[in-house]
Amino acid sequence: MAFAGNFMNPAPLWHNGPSPGAFYSFPANTTSMGPSRETVSDFKAHSATPITTTTTVIGLKFDKGCVIAADTLGSYGSLARFRDCPRVLKVNDLILLGSGGDYADYQYLKDIIEQKIIDEQCIGDGLNLKPKSLHCWLTRVLYNKRSKMDPLWSNYIVAGIQDGEPFLGAVDKLGTAYEDAAIATGLGAYMATPLLRDAVDKGPIDEETAKNVVQKCMEVLFYRDARSFPRYQLGVVNTNGVTVSETIELKHDWTLAHMIHMK
Amino acid sequence: MLSLNENFPEYAVPGAKQVRFEPYADNGGSVVAIAGDDYAVIGADTRLSTGFSIYTREQKKLFKLSDRTVLGATGCWCDTLTLTRLLQARMQMYEHEHNKAMSTPAVAQMLSTMLYYKRFFPYYISNVLAGLDADGKGCVYSYDPIGHCERSNYRAGGSAGAQLQPLLDNQIGLKNMQNVTEAPLSREKALALLKDVFISAAERDIYTGDSIYILIITANGIQEEKFELRKD
Amino acid sequence: MVVKTDLEAASANDKPSTGGQWLSQWHNYNFNLTSQWFRNQYDSDVTVWSPQGRLHQVEYAMEAVKLGSATVGLKNKQFAVLIALKRAVSELSAYQKKIIPIDDHIGISISGLTADARMLSRFMRTECLNHRYAHDAPMPVGRLISLVGNKMQICTQRYDKRPLGVGLLVAGYDDQGPHIYQTCPSANYFDCRAMAIGARSQSARTYLEKHLNTFLDCDLNELVAHGLRALRDTLPNEVDLNNKNVSIAIVGPNTPLRIAEDPDLSRYLSLVEGEERRGGASATGDAGGPAEGEGEPAAQVQGRYKR
Repeated sequence: MAFAGNFMNPAPLWHNGPSPGAFYSFPANTTSMGPSRETVSDFKAHSATPITTTTTVIGLKFDKGCVIAADTLGSYGSLARFRDCPRVLKVNDLILLGSGGDYADYQYLKDIIEQKIIDEQCIGDGLNLKPKSLHCWLTRVLYNKRSKMDPLWSNYIVAGIQDGEPFLGAVDKLGTAYEDAAIATGLGAYMATPLLRDAVDKGPIDEETAKNVVQKCMEVLFYRDARSFPRYQLGVVNTNGVTVSETIELKHDWTLAHMIHMK
Repeated sequence: MLSLNENFPEYAVPGAKQVRFEPYADNGGSVVAIAGDDYAVIGADTRLSTGFSIYTREQKKLFKLSDRTVLGATGCWCDTLTLTRLLQARMQMYEHEHNKAMSTPAVAQMLSTMLYYKRFFPYYISNVLAGLDADGKGCVYSYDPIGHCERSNYRAGGSAGAQLQPLLDNQIGLKNMQNVTEAPLSREKALALLKDVFISAAERDIYTGDSIYILIITANGIQEEKFELRKD
Repeated sequence: MVVKTDLEAASANDKPSTGGQWLSQWHNYNFNLTSQWFRNQYDSDVTVWSPQGRLHQVEYAMEAVKLGSATVGLKNKQFAVLIALKRAVSELSAYQKKIIPIDDHIGISISGLTADARMLSRFMRTECLNHRYAHDAPMPVGRLISLVGNKMQICTQRYDKRPLGVGLLVAGYDDQGPHIYQTCPSANYFDCRAMAIGARSQSARTYLEKHLNTFLDCDLNELVAHGLRALRDTLPNEVDLNNKNVSIAIVGPNTPLRIAEDPDLSRYLSLVEGEERRGGASATGDAGGPAEGEGEPAAQVQGRYKR
């Protein structure tokens, strides 16, 4: 994926680190087995680059609900520019949404989703949008945008309660959608997914365990992902509803890195 | 590849990188379908991946379109999702208009038309359609991404399609062999063969693995089966 | 609008036996829409109000519903059921279909202009398909009905359109349980516990009203039997229900909409076979009576309830 870049035709091994934004812009997986590049390059790409980007978002299912976590950094290339970009959203009492990738695209879609919920409340028939419906709707929206070659450059994780059961699904900027018990996007796909899947494979987990695993992932990501940040939000959805925490400060300890001298 | 970095001193970065948008992704996956006299079996692995990372290990890639038709689709997953949703809507419209479910050959023809409709921005999917035809005989239809359609008795498609097809040619088609007698393929044999070829595919193809989801279509309905593959 | 009124007056004046004077003398009283003798001055267009604040064209459209054969809808705690009486135009023709499936969870039965119903059902089917496509979930019944209501309202307000001449009973099942809705050409729609529309349906409504409180707790067979009895009350003495002239549709939890075919249909019919008929032939039905309930037909049986 992003990290690998074009892995069938790798770039020179190490020049000066990854170029700004390279970890966060997901240029599909352009393998040589992919479709002919010539055909599609004839189309005009409207928004070909993400600008202000956010990094990993992770989601984990537990026995009675789901958690989502994402840090609050908005990067401008390699510049840590905006330090308070909340991107875990309570959609309604059943749905929690997390986003990674271009922050402006997230804000745009967030406004539309919020309006959708307001419209629904105005109908007043007591029905609430369900996570699976939102997941499917997001897939349609993102796929339609990609088909116009004008993508919303972001990933989404939808968590919620679907007819009493936990639901966790992801959509990427192409409209690729799937459900799983553990999901991490961006660089987290490489570093958080193994930790999350490990936790899931060990058997049913409760809310507390899930939160701890997710916290551990955020910690690991902060140590390794240069576009991450020690402040993050944790959202929980269970049968009691949705809560999104205030910003949580990550405890980090660099003494273990002997070669790095802080101060 | 000429890198900008080569013209810069070591500490410099080439500035904002222009990323060209790529509307397709290769999400891998393989599908195999075998038709018999009164049944059809179709199986697809459940690994959904991109590059070196696995999105999920339990993605079903078979779509029950009716009581006697199943579509297996692998390739660009977002296209698959869209195509199958459209197919389902079109099949319901057919049912409303004609007061009967669509037959497998009818679905096969419609799928071809729907794929060709997107000839110049194709659905990047390897489709294999399996089911029972109007006479209750098993049938398999396979497609290229722009709607070429062919009926056959067995077909492998997807990321390991090129590796599996010769194996099926040998085992089912009995191709390029002397002194062999053709006998009708039993359902048990077909099922065993399907599992075997997937085990082989999982050994060689990184985009195929985790497990197979199998559907067995007979006049009595559709049976489900799951079979574990290697997960690495 | 002035031009229209003038034209109206002119055309009324053309009548040889009644002069303009006569008209002006009587027009204040000339509001009985069933009047055979007085020409109605305010019914030339849906956009014309009568001085009494009525839209005569809309009310005429409401009458079209009563020309169709009767249909009954009712529900218990789980199931919604539609029962319709089919008519054959002649001995030579088949029985006209009365129940139209919309989606796996919604069906309608129609009374009035079948062609208008086909247009509406096509619209409803499209909306259900679109909802499934975008949201991967069945359309909530109430939301669909409000879309239908909005669509039907438009043609009660525009000079280049006419109200639809069809009433629907909609049976559906969603997260909030079973529903029976009634829609009218006036674009009103009602959430009902039970309802009957169509020719001589007053008898059926009388039956439903009488047994309204038993429906919720009875089982599916009893529910269908109630519906059949209600429908039978609309029939003249010499006609009875049979598997040719009755259609039954059932929808419920894990029960996609099913229109009963013969083995089932006959079994349901046998539930009420041989029973003594209640009001039956003596019921007067709707024909000739004034428009009931002033644009809210049969408000007394509505059984509307608030959540």
